[in-house]
Amino acid sequence: MMEVIGLNADVTIQQSLFYILTTLLPIMVIAATPLVLASTGELIVEKSGVLNLGVEGMMVMGAVIGFITAVETGTPVAGFILAAVAGGLLALIFGFLTQVLLSNQVATGLALTLFGLGLAALMGQTYTGIRPPQTARIDIPFVSDAPVLGQMLFSYDWIVYFALALVGAVWWFLNRTRAGLVLRAVGENHDAAHALGYRVIAIRLAAIAFGGACAGMGGAYLSLVRVPQWSEGMTAGIGWIALAIVVFASWKPGRVIIGAWLFGGVTILQLNIQAANLNVLGIAAIVLAVVTIGMIALNLRSMTAKNWIRVAFLGALALLSWAMALTWPAFRLDSAYLSMTPYLMTIVVLVAISGDRTRAALNAPASLGRVFHASS
Amino acid sequence: MKLLKTLGLATALTLATGGVMAQSDDPLSVGFIYVGPIGDFGWSYQHEQGRLAIEEHFGDAVETTYIESVPEGDSERVIRRMAQDGTDLIFTTSFGYMTPTLRVAGQFPETMFEHATGYQRADNVSVYSGRFYEGRTVQGILAGHMTESNVIGYIASFPIPEVIRGINAAYLAAKSVNPDVEFKIVWVSTWFDPAKEADAANALIEQGADVIMQHTDSTAPMTIAEATWDNLGEDETGIYAFGQASDMLEFGPNARLSSIIDNWNPYYIERVQAVMDGTWESADSWHGIGQGTTTIGAFNINIPEDVAAEAQAALDAIAAGELHPFTGPVNKQDGSVWLAEGETADDGTLLGMNFYVEGIEGAIPN
Amino acid sequence: MIRLEPRLTPSRAMVWGTPALAVLATMIAGGILFAMLGKNPMEAIWTIFVDPILDPYSRDELFVKAAPLVLIAIGLSYGFRAGVWNIGAEGQFIVGAIAGSAVGLAFYGTEAIWLLPLMALAGMVAGTLWAMIPAFLKVRFNANEILVSLMLVYVADQLLRAMVAGPLRNPAGFNFPESRLFHDSAVLPLLQGFPGLTEYTRVHVGVLIALLLVPLAWLLLRKHLLGFNIQVMGSAPRAARFSGVKPAMIIYVCLGLSGAMAGLAGLFEVAGPAGQLVPALPQGYGFTAIIVAFLGRLNPLGILAAGLVMALTYIGGENAQLDLGLPRAAISVFQGMLLFFLLGLDILVRYRVRFGKRGAAQ
Repeated sequence: MMEVIGLNADVTIQQSLFYILTTLLPIMVIAATPLVLASTGELIVEKSGVLNLGVEGMMVMGAVIGFITAVETGTPVAGFILAAVAGGLLALIFGFLTQVLLSNQVATGLALTLFGLGLAALMGQTYTGIRPPQTARIDIPFVSDAPVLGQMLFSYDWIVYFALALVGAVWWFLNRTRAGLVLRAVGENHDAAHALGYRVIAIRLAAIAFGGACAGMGGAYLSLVRVPQWSEGMTAGIGWIALAIVVFASWKPGRVIIGAWLFGGVTILQLNIQAANLNVLGIAAIVLAVVTIGMIALNLRSMTAKNWIRVAFLGALALLSWAMALTWPAFRLDSAYLSMTPYLMTIVVLVAISGDRTRAALNAPASLGRVFHASS
Repeated sequence: MKLLKTLGLATALTLATGGVMAQSDDPLSVGFIYVGPIGDFGWSYQHEQGRLAIEEHFGDAVETTYIESVPEGDSERVIRRMAQDGTDLIFTTSFGYMTPTLRVAGQFPETMFEHATGYQRADNVSVYSGRFYEGRTVQGILAGHMTESNVIGYIASFPIPEVIRGINAAYLAAKSVNPDVEFKIVWVSTWFDPAKEADAANALIEQGADVIMQHTDSTAPMTIAEATWDNLGEDETGIYAFGQASDMLEFGPNARLSSIIDNWNPYYIERVQAVMDGTWESADSWHGIGQGTTTIGAFNINIPEDVAAEAQAALDAIAAGELHPFTGPVNKQDGSVWLAEGETADDGTLLGMNFYVEGIEGAIPN
Repeated sequence: MIRLEPRLTPSRAMVWGTPALAVLATMIAGGILFAMLGKNPMEAIWTIFVDPILDPYSRDELFVKAAPLVLIAIGLSYGFRAGVWNIGAEGQFIVGAIAGSAVGLAFYGTEAIWLLPLMALAGMVAGTLWAMIPAFLKVRFNANEILVSLMLVYVADQLLRAMVAGPLRNPAGFNFPESRLFHDSAVLPLLQGFPGLTEYTRVHVGVLIALLLVPLAWLLLRKHLLGFNIQVMGSAPRAARFSGVKPAMIIYVCLGLSGAMAGLAGLFEVAGPAGQLVPALPQGYGFTAIIVAFLGRLNPLGILAAGLVMALTYIGGENAQLDLGLPRAAISVFQGMLLFFLLGLDILVRYRVRFGKRGAAQ
């Protein structure tokens, strides 16, 4: 079967499905966790109307502090807590500069990244070449060992669940609490919020500190779980991806998870496709076919002519890549092109959500990046 | 202090324009330019060890300086600055420094340059590298014996001859001791990205590999392999890996089978001595196990004695020049004959190697 | 109780005073940092701030390093004044370098005087087109240009990797991911023999062009209608619209202009100091230039000064690594502190610090 669709690997559909669910998915979840944490923090910051581009700096700070603490105390939990504190403190430098001294947020965020990378490297100099203590996995008797579902859902360390719970909490906070409403109001129109008597600067500082704490924990996850080690510059651009995910998620907490899995997943997928020696064209054919069938299934009752054209177009693309996969079984795409896709998709999503002005206004904070000074 | 420095600069200038020679009682100044941080525990770390070895060996007779994390795209200024400071011998330790090194060398004919891993020389520019593929042969023997799944994972950086050579040498050796062995290769397009290398190691492990080799600079793959040794049941073994560039023992006390260590110390000491003796000449040095530039780290104690003995025998034979890692019969991936029975590969082919040997699956990117 | 009170007009004294104050504060904080690392603080600060200016070689390098920063920052400053936030100059820089290189390599071996101008044109056009993507998406779909332009940086970076590994790779380079060396006609001439420059200077024609663009940019901003419209657009968008300024046009012009400048800077870098297309070409100039634009208060002359200061910290930092053995990380921290002080103290230009309760001081 797989031979026919050009995957040139002798595995059955069941086997590959099993493989995807029990091995690929868990790695994707782990790769995505630092992104989930950092993006959720930045989402709160942006919802309050502040754009902090210093996520990378705060993450790397969390990575080094978390590592040092875990090594010195022997408890990873302490590492994560202090990483959050360190990330929050670093963020407050940004907060003080942008909120109290009214400096430009874009420039200050960039400076924060430079500062954070340097400071972290300086502090971590004597901590290279050490192994951190292991972060505990949640192990539920019987359940974690259950085939497929157990491995899919219950085989992670506690931070993974914490990150997901955090997303839920943030969703609840933004949509169901009064404080969340105030935060959104501040991000929407700081002058109006100020006129209503809310302390805009204090609220924003709190949001910035929260964002820093989340980024710090995300960094600690890198140095304590995903890689487990400390090395200079180990964040290698993850902080910037976290920024992209907030936009991709159109400032909605639930979608942050999808975005993080997508961004984390593309890297993992790319490496796995290589390791399994699969043909990218074959994969593309499968994905396109699934999307086509999905579109037909979802719109079966209301298939307009326009929809049929779309389906036909997608189907033709699927056939084309299938034909190409069969023609060039040894085709290997330069991984650089694959690495571009999440960024391009983010732009597409951004365009899609911004096009409808009324809908965009509900999500994107209107005062994002604007300077507030209570001049009255 | 300022005055002294200005004087130093003036001396450098006269030197550069072909003026007086430096007095012999001055310490010889040696400069190093590193592409990564000295704490990377890989490539730059080993060059830094070489610098320290020079300091220890020559004491007050040398004066060394270094500058770390110099981006390849912006290195000419740093190299030039070292030359202008009157540095006598400059080691530029990354491939990307090739063009800038040659340019600066053209303007400072009295300064001597040593460029690592490059392929272009000049009258005052030597190139040097290590025959790391010789170490891959030893690794391949160990990996071929130690694997139970018969799948060996290989984390590769860029499809340059040096990396392809390593893959081929390791594969031939592994295949020779274990005909069922299979290589899975992942190209990560980076020399140093711990998170990506860790992900690649995980991907290979998930694909069934139980021995991981790497040709990237971070210690992340070793750390990932070591993590599989935690919480093992009885009679279970975790994933094995090899130290790359540096020994990496502290990152994988259980997982590390052995390591290829880039030991620049003897070469660096030799070249500094040559400058002191006035015998330094532009050269193309490609030293391996025999000259001590490629060193093999101690074998893991879990390796069975006969396996260790076999690997040691190969190591000794290579060191003595009796065994060449690429000895025929060897076919190319497409089945065509590369080396006939008993024939060994010449350096020219090795330096430009751009094909897999027969048996390796997949295609080299591009 | 300390309060901030807006000034009616920016303080003249503070325009010049705050940068000096910030540098002073950085010297003190940096001195403490260096002392903690066991280095002589006075010596370190002298090495970073003064040595590069006194030493003729470092002085040349200051200009080489500052040129791309100044070029990009000037382009960005128009947009920033109009409230158009292009933070993807790095991406425009990269595609400019790719396009210029592609032209240079396509005519490999052609000794002709028109080749460099053609390469520069290709770089500018590519940079402009790359910047037109966020511009179009902003105008047509209201997509946030900060985020679109940022995303495109990563796309451009991957494109560069694919290009040097594929179509533009050196055929005789043993598969190393980099292009061949440009031939002489495709390399920017050096200003050797120029008064004040050293014998082996790396100052190239691109640096000269960047310097010449500074007064031009100033004239455009101050004397031309476009500059006026841009400023009005930024400070009073509604008034601008009533007076007939089309916001869409301003967005296209601002992003296009900054894209062209960044693309040109990319071409200058690849055809100047680098001499070949290498994956390590992008040094983050596009991001650093954003900081430079703000430090220079979006004024071309200020940007020139800020670009030189920024370059000073890089070159001084390298010297400090070499001469004093300071770790590179310490230099990053030092640069970060300098930026924090410069950005933070800038408030004194627009605001007055008041002590005591509100109204009591008046």
